[in-house]
Amino acid sequence: MSEMKFILLISFALFFIGVYGFLTRRNMITMLMAVELMLNAVNINFIVFNKFLYAEKMDGLFFTIFIITIAAAEAAVAIAIIINLYRKFNSINENEIDTLKW
Amino acid sequence: MVNYSYIALVLIIPLAVFIITGLFGKRFQSFSGILGTAGMLAAACLSYYAAYQYFILGSRGADCAWPTIIALKQTWLQFSPNLRIEMGIMVDSISVMMLVVVTTVSLMVHLYSISYMHGEERFSTYYSFLSLFSFSMLGLVISTNIFQMYMFWELVGVSSFLLVGFYFTKPSAVAAAKKAFIVTRFADLGFLAGILILSFYSESLDFQTIIHRMMDYNGSIFLAANSASFMGASALTWALCLIFIGGAGKSAMFPLHIWLPDAMEGPTPVSALIHAATMVVAGVFLVARLFPVYSQIPAALDVVMYVGAFTSLFAAIIACTQTDIKRVLAYSTISQIGYMMFGLGVSGYWGDKALGFSGSMFHLFTHAMFKALLFLGAGAVIHFIHSNEMGDMGGLRKKMPLTNIVFLVACLAISGIPPFSGFFSKEEILTAAFNHNKLIYAMGLVTAAITAFYMFRLYFSIFWNKPASEAGGHADAHSHGEAPVTMKIPLVFLCLATLVSGFIPFNEFVTAFDKLEVEFHLPLAIAAVSAGAIGIIIATILYLKPSTMPDKIAATLGSIYQSAHRKFYVDELYLFITQKVVFNLISAPAAWFDRNVVDGMMNLIADVTENFSDEVKTFQSGKISGYVMWFFAGAILLSILIVYVL
Repeated sequence: MSEMKFILLISFALFFIGVYGFLTRRNMITMLMAVELMLNAVNINFIVFNKFLYAEKMDGLFFTIFIITIAAAEAAVAIAIIINLYRKFNSINENEIDTLKW
Repeated sequence: MVNYSYIALVLIIPLAVFIITGLFGKRFQSFSGILGTAGMLAAACLSYYAAYQYFILGSRGADCAWPTIIALKQTWLQFSPNLRIEMGIMVDSISVMMLVVVTTVSLMVHLYSISYMHGEERFSTYYSFLSLFSFSMLGLVISTNIFQMYMFWELVGVSSFLLVGFYFTKPSAVAAAKKAFIVTRFADLGFLAGILILSFYSESLDFQTIIHRMMDYNGSIFLAANSASFMGASALTWALCLIFIGGAGKSAMFPLHIWLPDAMEGPTPVSALIHAATMVVAGVFLVARLFPVYSQIPAALDVVMYVGAFTSLFAAIIACTQTDIKRVLAYSTISQIGYMMFGLGVSGYWGDKALGFSGSMFHLFTHAMFKALLFLGAGAVIHFIHSNEMGDMGGLRKKMPLTNIVFLVACLAISGIPPFSGFFSKEEILTAAFNHNKLIYAMGLVTAAITAFYMFRLYFSIFWNKPASEAGGHADAHSHGEAPVTMKIPLVFLCLATLVSGFIPFNEFVTAFDKLEVEFHLPLAIAAVSAGAIGIIIATILYLKPSTMPDKIAATLGSIYQSAHRKFYVDELYLFITQKVVFNLISAPAAWFDRNVVDGMMNLIADVTENFSDEVKTFQSGKISGYVMWFFAGAILLSILIVYVL
């Protein structure tokens, strides 16, 4: 069981590094990278629980592959949004883009 | 049954003229005067024909009463099977008489105004207002039900308001128009309440139905209305008194008379038409229309009588001290309408007792003629002198010979000197008063003497008093002659009417119900004529030649003269009541309550909402990191809840 704990600790650390990065960085690209970190932490969780608890099933692996695919699409969309924001505001600094409240 | 439905045309013509001149008059200024006069001429001819058909070709019915004919009747609003409002034309003796009076005086005023108002910028507007007034007044007199009458009643009020305030650039005219409207409107509140009570008990708005039901002594409706008691008087008495308040407001009875003298700010022909001959007698007409009901309730009739008698004396005394000729005539109008009112008040319904009713209607008729003549004559004088003040006049008899003669005739008529028309009508009212109530008779007689005095004071001050050579103090007064022909024709016509109308056998035509046999009481006639003669003689002594005696007498009377000159401080009393008492005791606390409590509650709700939303809206900063913070906080909270609590 201790093996599983170590790996979960890694994914826990990875997730909160992502949260921390998302909250503290102002650059949108960096924030996107932080989101990817969080996603990967979740992926690790899936794999770990599948491997150690339900070794006879494959659901966790499928989910992980699924999430990676979605994350790729999401990154493409996010970057497209960021490019458009840059054209409009001439910046990708999250502080300067506050028109969402309207 | 004779067809009277053509009387509808008498109404439609002025209405059409009103619409045409009102919409297109600006383009054809002088044409609108001719159009209005022609329309009124047609209406007058139709009403003369109606009178001819009704009085000469028609005859009394089997019960000796003039028939009441409903010429037209159309349901206008149907609220429920029992409650409907109709529009119609009612032809009976008083409505036919009023048709003749209104169209005649209106025609004369239309004709007169062509030159009097010549060159006025809003000439066509003036004519459209005149037509509107004629339409509403004619609609008022032919109403078949009390609600229709109320509507036209308000319409004449509006036209009066528009015409009094015709010179709307003059602040005094605007104030007078507002005063006239507010005072009469206030009185109409009483009228409306009276209508509601009366029609609630009689379950009808129709005059004929109301009268029929209320004349039925033993009918359940009359008994119910007469036994329902409120503050010591029956519901019917209340209804009639409230309706009389409406009539008193329009007819300028004390204490609601204050608007009429101020209404003289309007053009003089308007004063002749509205504030002397027609609209102000609407109150008398209203009481006469409901007279069968009034005659059932002596208490209500007593109110009419005392108010009328007091007003006639009160206004006559004030008239002696006024110096503006139109105001003198205004107070004289109030006084004469008081005469008509107490004439109705002393009258009974059946047979010979109805002398007061006939006399009152007769006086209404003759008064319309000679008072319109006086006003139009005064208008000619004002046109010539360009002033309303007696002091600026005097010695005009050579300069204005025609006006001099017609004015003299009218003054003799109003003073009750035979054979002029006023003598006959006043005589009837005074005889009726003598038979009914000696106190009222004495008041009437004194009023007659005072009336003769102030009318001849007016006459001498205008046409004598100064040597003829000094007449017309203003240089520009000589620039034109006495008056153009369109002003002279109405003067001559009304003068002839004043001379002749006394000889109309009026009691044959207009009675409360059945035939009326009048005996001529010579002592009463002598008393009335000598009262008039005394007034004239005193006025001759004081005012025929310039003298200092009037001033001396005024100085001797001191405070009495002063208070009469200031109209017995009624206006000041009203101001005190409205501005001090009502404002301080009712309006100011109400305003405080409104500002602090009602507004305060609303403001409180608004403030709370605003402050709350101020707090809430900071969440929506548009900063993504802020949102994410809250999102994570929420997620952590939720997971703690799920793990440890649930």
